[in-house]
Amino acid sequence: MSMIQIIIVDREGVEYKVDAPTDMDMNVMELCKASDLPVEGTCGGMAMCASCHCYVESDHALPEMSEDEESMLDEAFFVEENSRLSCQLYLKPELRGLRVRLAPESA
Amino acid sequence: MIETDILIIGAGPCGLFTVFEAGLLKLRCHMIDSLPEPGGQCAEIYPKKPIFDIPAFPEILAGELVENLMQQIEPFKPGFTLGESAVTIEKDKENKFVITTDKGTKHRAPIVAIAGGLGVFSPRKPPIQELSSYEDKGVEYIIKDPEMYRDRDVVISGGGDSALDWAIFLSEGVAKSVTLVHRRKGFKGHPDSAQKVLDLAEKGKIRFVADAEVIGVNGGESLESLTVKHKEEGLIEITTNHWIPLFGLTPKLGPIADWGLEIEKNAIKVNTFDYSTNVPGIYAIGDVNTYPGKLKLILCGFHEGTLMVQSAFKRLYPDKNLVLKYTTVNGITGFDE
Repeated sequence: MSMIQIIIVDREGVEYKVDAPTDMDMNVMELCKASDLPVEGTCGGMAMCASCHCYVESDHALPEMSEDEESMLDEAFFVEENSRLSCQLYLKPELRGLRVRLAPESA
Repeated sequence: MIETDILIIGAGPCGLFTVFEAGLLKLRCHMIDSLPEPGGQCAEIYPKKPIFDIPAFPEILAGELVENLMQQIEPFKPGFTLGESAVTIEKDKENKFVITTDKGTKHRAPIVAIAGGLGVFSPRKPPIQELSSYEDKGVEYIIKDPEMYRDRDVVISGGGDSALDWAIFLSEGVAKSVTLVHRRKGFKGHPDSAQKVLDLAEKGKIRFVADAEVIGVNGGESLESLTVKHKEEGLIEITTNHWIPLFGLTPKLGPIADWGLEIEKNAIKVNTFDYSTNVPGIYAIGDVNTYPGKLKLILCGFHEGTLMVQSAFKRLYPDKNLVLKYTTVNGITGFDE
């Protein structure tokens, strides 16, 4: 299994270094859930709920946003320039060292 | 008072299939769901998405799965209380559960099966301070009666289907004026509705404020104006007594969390022997429950519902022996009414 490490910062600002497999078709939302980080992932990863909204704080080249992701972020709150849905960020070797911060939960 | 054998909270795929398995044991079911249609998440969030892990269906749309389930359980004549959410539960003198919805509808049954998925779908609320003090005083998340907006100046926020549909509807002879505030120029909603909104904006029937977001609500006793942050123009004030933020729905466990059931990580703890909760007579099946090794899959929900009704039967008829019957042998005998 090939692994990378990424950094996830939770809503309290606590930083977690998490080992992530790159050959399991796994995304950052799923990694958070698997690591017991407080991400709901309500829709299961279809870019349809924004409960896995995060901010990308490192300058990695990321996959383009799909129309679904873009329009979902339109309906989300606390959206910033670096907002992404973590379920759309698939763990690949080029994301080694990625740093994401979980966005606040909306009511 | 609606009476039944098993009261199922949540009409998603798991709850629906439970009606079938209960029917085979001659147990009747009634379902309560906060959504106006059966199907749960499958109908509300992703009806057009294909599912690939339903046994014997290499691919099926979530909406089709719901239609098929409805067809499958039809012989067992389930009852439905839709568009209402279960709020309170109590036990009566005969040891039966009485569940009352937010609209006051009462249901009574000896067995309750919570198949509530991720919970009650409720409107997503913008994170604005003071917002709650204007709820029902100018801020509405759901349009209950469009007549409320007759000859009024109305502001709608959002870019999904409900925002577009209501903007169109209210602009056509209902409201005095309709302003649509949206974060970008494109929409998430249906392309036809999006085009219609843009056409109406062109004709001056809708005031479309794009690249903008409502960030503040102002007023005294009731809503008087909104503070809108525009990408280029900065802060703008819009005078209105009516703001309808339509940002979709999000599920919340809701009142069930206060029913005295053991909860862990927003889910109800069950015994995997029969998916019973810590309260005898109340079961939890599907995405709403948790146990070691739990997987939130429709497949697993079907299994859980199947075992659960066996246990419910034994609880209701402790003296009757239960024999597993194969549908291939006897077919299905539904209920007449």
